[in-house]
Amino acid sequence: MKAYLKNTWLGIYTVLVGMTVTFKHLFVPAVTIQYPDERLKLPERERNRLYVNMDDCIGCDQCSRACPVSCIEIETVKSVPGEDLGTTSNGKKKALWVTKFNIDFAKCCYCQLCVFPCPTECIYMTDVFEFSEYERGNLVYKFATLTEEEAAQKKVNYEKLQAEKEAQKAAAAAKPKTEPPSHPATN
Amino acid sequence: MYQYFYDLTGNVIISGLIVAIFPLVNVLLVVLIGVYLERKVSAHMQDRLGPMRTGWHGTLQLIADFVKLLQKEDIASTETDKGLYNIAPVLVFTGAFAAYAAIPFSSKLIGSEIEVGIFYVIAVSGLVVVSILMAGWSANNKYSLLGAMRSAAQIISYEIPTALVILSIVMLTGTLSLGKMSELQTAYFWNWNILGGAGFGLAKFLLIPFMVVGFIIIYISTLAETNRTPFDIPEAESELVAGYFTEYCGMKYAMFMLSEYGNMFAVSAIVSILFFGGYQSPFGYLGNTLNVHWLIPYEQAFWFLLKGWFFIFVQMWLRWTLPRLRVDQLMSVCWKYLIPYAFVNLIIIGIISLL
Ligand code: SF4
Ligand code: SF4
Repeated sequence: MKAYLKNTWLGIYTVLVGMTVTFKHLFVPAVTIQYPDERLKLPERERNRLYVNMDDCIGCDQCSRACPVSCIEIETVKSVPGEDLGTTSNGKKKALWVTKFNIDFAKCCYCQLCVFPCPTECIYMTDVFEFSEYERGNLVYKFATLTEEEAAQKKVNYEKLQAEKEAQKAAAAAKPKTEPPSHPATN
Repeated sequence: MYQYFYDLTGNVIISGLIVAIFPLVNVLLVVLIGVYLERKVSAHMQDRLGPMRTGWHGTLQLIADFVKLLQKEDIASTETDKGLYNIAPVLVFTGAFAAYAAIPFSSKLIGSEIEVGIFYVIAVSGLVVVSILMAGWSANNKYSLLGAMRSAAQIISYEIPTALVILSIVMLTGTLSLGKMSELQTAYFWNWNILGGAGFGLAKFLLIPFMVVGFIIIYISTLAETNRTPFDIPEAESELVAGYFTEYCGMKYAMFMLSEYGNMFAVSAIVSILFFGGYQSPFGYLGNTLNVHWLIPYEQAFWFLLKGWFFIFVQMWLRWTLPRLRVDQLMSVCWKYLIPYAFVNLIIIGIISLL
């Protein structure tokens, strides 16, 4: 009988204790973060979508070689004499036209290994992480600043130069050995 | 109620329509607000926010859900017993809805002032068991059947303590009519049955502890009758998918939800009528003080709804506090604890009311 009454009391008492706990929680501010409206501050060294500052890129291909999944595609064309490509922000002279600089974010594993070798620090992580797409193709980001015509033009220019050089070489080879070679002075 | 609206509008058809539609509107509103409140209360008790996107603080969520349910295709498996399967949701709602006919929202707003109000309410809520069994059996699904069996066992067991407590109140007040019961507990809170009812003397003070016990018993057992947590084993999500309405979808599913929330309000209303003065205000009426007597029924309706909602809130509160009981625990709570206490309580209240 005593145990029975004790059980009853325990039942009621513990329910009341539980109820006070939940009632207190009714007034505890919610921990929910309403994501698209409110955002958590990202950690300092977060790794998200890459960005390439093409003004500084010298087309050295180091990032592409460092990438473990080969998702960076770079094509470059040498500049012809007389063209001024400008300098990077840390004073390096640019010598290559970057005709193609594609990063496929569908493949990228955000390891950040491409960031460190860059000599001009022009490839880096941004804080953008919401860039889902319906088509996988849309995840290939093209960073090259040259338009396709321009890129084609640069190629043609370079090929022309190449051809001229070949022609000069051929001409030089055809001449008698007595005359000293003269072409380095022009270049 | 009919007479009241007839005096107000002077038209037979309009007053009849109001009388017929009012409880239905009330049930729908209860469901609408109840489900929203349930989400918000549960969310805030768990330090979340609940629905926030649809409308201001998610207020339109329920309407969105309702439209979604309406659009759902009505899928029934081929092995169901078609007749019973289709009747069950209608019947379960009828059971929940019929109780509203006898509930006095205020001294003027009673669907029907039948003399055996409380008896009628107990009787029609028995209909719910039948329809739940129907739903569980006809669905031809073992989860449904298990849920229905549990539900039947539970509701029938818990009807006994409920009835015993109601009986003790009936002995005290000497009436079965819900309207009269509320009327007896006149407009101040010390006249409520939980504080010994109207009238002064030794009996009133002797009654108080037993009334509190009675209230606790009836609150627990009505909780079980509406299948609310911690007594939600018939529809235990983690064990039985959804219990007896596993096989239902779309509007038929909505009917079950509708009847659940309708029932919640009905039992809260019954508890408040039995112990907390029904529609009576705890502090007297503004209408009496200001001498505007037409205000009184509205005030009463306000107090009644407030009490009803308070008990619904407590049900939700309990739901998010307590874990679900096991079947054997459920039965031992009912048969070993509630029923003996209810019996002793009944006898003691009987003796005191003889004094
Ligand atoms: S972050 Fe890693 S995977 Fe992505 S491009 Fe850079 S090196 Fe490649
Ligand atoms: S390492 Fe830097 S400079 Fe070199 S190609 Fe990549 S982005 Fe351009």
